[in-house]
Formats: sequence, C-alpha cells, structure tokens
Amino acid sequence: MSDTILRENSAVRRAPDSYRAHGRPAWQRVLFTRESAIIGLLVVVILVALATVRNFDSPLTVTYLLLDVAPILLIALPMTLIIVSEEIDLSVASTVGLSSVIVGILTQAGLPFEATALVALFVGVIAGALNGFLITVVGLPSLAVTIGTLALFRGIAVGLLGTTAITDFPEFWTDLAQSRIPGTPVPSIVIPIVVLAVAFAILLHFTSFGRGIYAIGLNKEAAAFSGVHVDRTKFLLFVSSGLVSAFAGIFFTLRFGNARGDNAIGLELSIIAAVLLGGVSIFGGRGAIHGVIAGVLLIGTLGSALRLANVTSDVINVITGVLLVLSVVSTSVLRWVRSKRLGSAGKSRKEVPASSG
Amino acid sequence: MFSQRIRRGRSVTALAAVAVSVALVATGCAGGNGNGDGDGDGGGDGELSITFLPKNLGNPYFDTSNAGGEEAIDEFGGTYSEVGPSEASPTSQVSFIQTAAQQGVGALVISANDPEAICDALNEARDAGVKVVTFDSDTNPECRDLFINQATAEGIAKVQVDMIAEQIGDAGQIAILSASANATNQNAWIKIMEEELAANHPNIELVETVYGDDDDQTSFDKTAALLQTYPDLKGIISPTTVGITAAARYLSTSEYKGTVALTGLGTPNQMREYVEDGTVTEFALWNPGDLGYLAAYGAKALIEGDITGEEGDTFDAGRLGEYTVEADATVLLGDPFRFNADNIGDFDF
Repeated sequence: MSDTILRENSAVRRAPDSYRAHGRPAWQRVLFTRESAIIGLLVVVILVALATVRNFDSPLTVTYLLLDVAPILLIALPMTLIIVSEEIDLSVASTVGLSSVIVGILTQAGLPFEATALVALFVGVIAGALNGFLITVVGLPSLAVTIGTLALFRGIAVGLLGTTAITDFPEFWTDLAQSRIPGTPVPSIVIPIVVLAVAFAILLHFTSFGRGIYAIGLNKEAAAFSGVHVDRTKFLLFVSSGLVSAFAGIFFTLRFGNARGDNAIGLELSIIAAVLLGGVSIFGGRGAIHGVIAGVLLIGTLGSALRLANVTSDVINVITGVLLVLSVVSTSVLRWVRSKRLGSAGKSRKEVPASSG
Repeated sequence: MFSQRIRRGRSVTALAAVAVSVALVATGCAGGNGNGDGDGDGGGDGELSITFLPKNLGNPYFDTSNAGGEEAIDEFGGTYSEVGPSEASPTSQVSFIQTAAQQGVGALVISANDPEAICDALNEARDAGVKVVTFDSDTNPECRDLFINQATAEGIAKVQVDMIAEQIGDAGQIAILSASANATNQNAWIKIMEEELAANHPNIELVETVYGDDDDQTSFDKTAALLQTYPDLKGIISPTTVGITAAARYLSTSEYKGTVALTGLGTPNQMREYVEDGTVTEFALWNPGDLGYLAAYGAKALIEGDITGEEGDTFDAGRLGEYTVEADATVLLGDPFRFNADNIGDFDF
C-alpha cells in the first residue's frame, strides 16, 4: 500500500498526467492513451474505406486528402501548444485571410512574390504579437481577445480587397504549391509540415519550454512559482500561431490561385475540432502532437471517404460533429464518473500536481 | 488503491472512446457505402454518370436547374448525382471537383463560384478523363469543355424592349430602373436597348435611366420619383431582379397600378404576387430547368464523343431539339423565357 502511494506520488511529481500511469507495463502505457485510440481509429477508418469505398485506393486520394488538410495540419500545431497552455486562438483563420489578401494586393502591385510572402509572414507575426500583447500584458482572456481579432483581421482583409479576388500569381509558385514529391502521390507541402511537426513535437515534449506549457495548462500559479515564464511562454505561442497561420494563408492562396478576403472563413473551428479530437484537453495541461496529427487526418480521411461514397455534405457534417462531441464528452463523462468514485481526493485532475507539488 | 482506480478509469476512457468512435464510423461508412454501391453500378469510366455541382446546395434556382438535369439524365438512362458545398465559395467547390475526378465520373456539370479559382482542379479532373460542362456561371474557357450560356446580352436586351413595346402599344414615354451606374452587364444591356429602341420603335421615348443600386428601398424611392417627374410615363423597364420587385411593390399600392406597365428581369417567386394582382403582365429570365436539361445533354454528347467543343459541332438535346456549338465552346440556350400569368405557376425559384 505505502509502496503504491509512494510510486503514485513520484509519478505525480513528474507532472504531465500522461506520465502518471507509471507502474503499468510499458505496452499498456503506450496502448491505453487517447492518442493511441485516435491513431487506432484512423487506421480502422482507412482500412474500412479501402475495403468498401470505390476509388478510395487511388493515389489521387492521397494527394487530394493531404492538400485539403494541409492548412488545418499546419495551424493545428501551434494551436495544440496554445490549448495545452489553457488558452485558445480563434483568430487563425482571419490571419489566413489577411495574409492571403496581402499576398494578393502586393503581387498585383508588382512586387516579386518572394517579397510579398515575407511581408505576409511579418504581418502574421504582428497579428500574433497583438494577440499575445493583449493576453499577457493587458491580461485579457484569450477567448475574448481572439474573438475580437477574428473580426478585426477579417474586417481588414475584406476591407482591403472588397469582394473582388486576385487570381494572377506566378505559375512557378502556384505549381509548386500543388506539386508532388517526385515519384510519389504525396504533395510537396508535406515536407514543411513534417519539419514543423517535428519542431513543435520536440518543443512540446522534449524541452523545458514544453514542460512549462503543460505546467501552465495544469496550474498557472504553480507554474509561475516553479519558475516558468508564464507570460513570455504564452506570448511566444501566439506569435508562432500568427506566423504559421500566415504561412498557411500563403499556401492556401497559391493552391487555389485566389486571394480573397473571405478565404478560409470558419477554418478556425475545423482546426480546434481536430485538435480536441486528437486528445488535447480544452481545459489545458493535456495533449500530444502525434494525437493531433492523427485527429486532423482522421477528420480528413472520414470526409474524403464519405464524399467518395456520395454522402451529402450535411450528413458528413453531422457524422464528424457527433464524433467530436462524443470524443470530448466521453472523456468528461468518464472523468466525472471517476471523480464520483474517488470523492473529493480526485475531484479535479488539475488539482493533483498543485496539491502534491 | 488510488493508482489502481485511476488506471482503470483511464483505460476505460480510452477503450470507451475507441468503441464509441468505431461504432460511429462503422455506421457512417456502412450508410455511405450502401449509397456508393447504388450509384457505383452506373458510375465509372466512359459511362453516362453525370455529377451536378451547383454554386451551393439548398438554393431554389439550382434546385430547379438540377431537376432539369436529372430529367434529361433519366431520359437517356445515365446516372445523376448532385453534390455541392453549403456555402457559395470557390474554395469549397474544389474538394467536390476532386471527388468527381477520383470517382471517375463521365462528366461534371458545374456553376462556377469564381472563374479562376477552380481552374486547376477542373483541369486535373479533365486530365483524369472527366468532361467538364459549365452552366449559369462560366470559368475561363481553357478550364472546361463546354459552357451552356443561358442568354446573350442581345437576347436579354431585345426581349425587354419587345415586352414593353407590346405592353404600351409601341408608343409613349418609358424609363429604365437599373442597378448601379457602373454595373457592367446592366450598362451593356441598356446600350443595346437604346439602339434597339432607336432602330425599331421610333414612337417610344426613353426619358430617363435611374439607378436603384440594387437596393430595395432606393429602387422603391426612384420608382416613386420617376412617376412624379413624368406624369405621362407609360412604362418602366427594370433589368435587375431587385429593381423590378421594388418597382412592382410601389406600383401595386399606387394609383398607377395597371396603367403604368412594368417589365424586366425577375424571378417567378419574387414576382408571383404582382403578376397575380395585375401589376405586372409579363417579365423575363431564362428557364433554369431547361438550362440544366441542356447541360445534361451537352455532357452526354461530350462523353459519347459526338462533340468535342469545336465550333459547329451539333448535338441532340431531347425535347429542346438540336443545338450547335458556337465560338469558345459555348452553347446558347436560346431566347430568354417570358413569365406571365399562364405559366408562372409552373416555376418555383
């Protein structure tokens, strides 16, 4: 008994709760996580689709699927870190639209495309820094701030370009955005995505900066007392979100050959949905990059397979919606059931590190 | 003890999540698959499987045009399907174009939300062997095999002049209530109307062209002002669906009802009450049902190799008769369709 408690305590002291299940065999620790469940589900969906959906097994499916989810995959990476730190960024899709418009207007004005892309990335950084400033320095909640900047950035984007579209981009770049890695059906955009995913995964899972993010999400005060630079961390996360969103906006523009103020409208919801499906807790402190990638791919694959099976888009929305609600609700319900069984000792998962640390 | 409970809780969570999700996906896919099999039999390369992709779903105009397409496809024994985004944005059409390419359908009949943004996707689909027919809204000509044009500027201008001439006895003052002063299509029509009036209707005097900015209230006020300024006004032409509705609303409650003629371009659902109460005798637009019907026959002719989109190619379009492909791989539906008390009940868009 005392041995169990000791082990439990030492596990708790290591903070992130994915480590708390110490004392189980390694295979159990790997297998019984939400991330594994989502990856497993992704595999099941792919296998079922391969077996039953006509034309799903074509190289084109791989290409289109990855091109479609690329902007979501990209932005989901910083979004994961932000939600783990118990914040949210609703302004990402508006930043995509703004970056699209800036690329369009400057290209039309005759600037070389490379320069316009740099300006767009810079504007993304500024947008993220504005969010970060209002959240960390002024001390406003990120939900309120980014609802505001969602409207603000979108307003600027639509205001700059009106209802017109700019469609004349250098062919080299539009071709590049849709090109495939030679000899494979995999789009080239996957290369920067993999690089960014690895970078964000290392940052979150293998650095003290990343452990700080979990600590902030679990308990901000405790994290601050333990020497985590809470505000600096959050500020950097929002800047990275703005930067990656601007990059996604440039890709989006090139892929559709189309700069419009209303580009990617509503995309923030798909991104947040995929992140939550991937096992990130909306209450912060829990989640992993590989789970999020699986979550994004799961929604993308499901949509692609159902479209191929001629399922109408409203039915697809219902299916993915129910999947999301269930995946989020199931964790909450089970945590509630567990807390009932444990009584006040286990009332909140988030209190554990604070009370024992 | 503590850790035991937590452990069990966690694995239950994970397992429950898997179980629930798998069940969901299984049912989702099974439903989808049944659907796919049904359509799949008629689908595949070279067969008459034709997918209609409107600007958005749940739009009465496209419900009407696609019903026309389905009617034609039923006639010649092809497979009809309709897909589309819920909102009319160009980027949301792309994934449906890609899906059609993956499915290897015979032809895709699409109304483009943007002339340029879907070009790459359409050309990839064509590389995969899908014939692309645009209708209602065209893309750049190099992105599609055929465009089914609902009406030409000349046809639209002429039908409106003809209608007003018939309604006022080919003599008297008329005015035009347009959209905005810089609307390209409106101005082109008005210019042709002026030429047509000058050439063939010497007794009709066009006194003024006013602009309602496609705003209901502005159009309403401009109508009132026209009638005050020109007491002898015999008729108004409004080549915009917003303008004609607002003008009809003003006329229907004024002393001019039935004495000042109103015609132009409108939709049956907006104009129904004014036709029924005698404010408006006849107005025009095209028949979207016929447009979809012709697009389906055009798609069939492309799939079967009867036409390639070359100027001068001809094909049979069922009850509409024979059509000829014109320059830029365009097929013209014909003269605009006139809606009046006799036929307005047949339309719902």
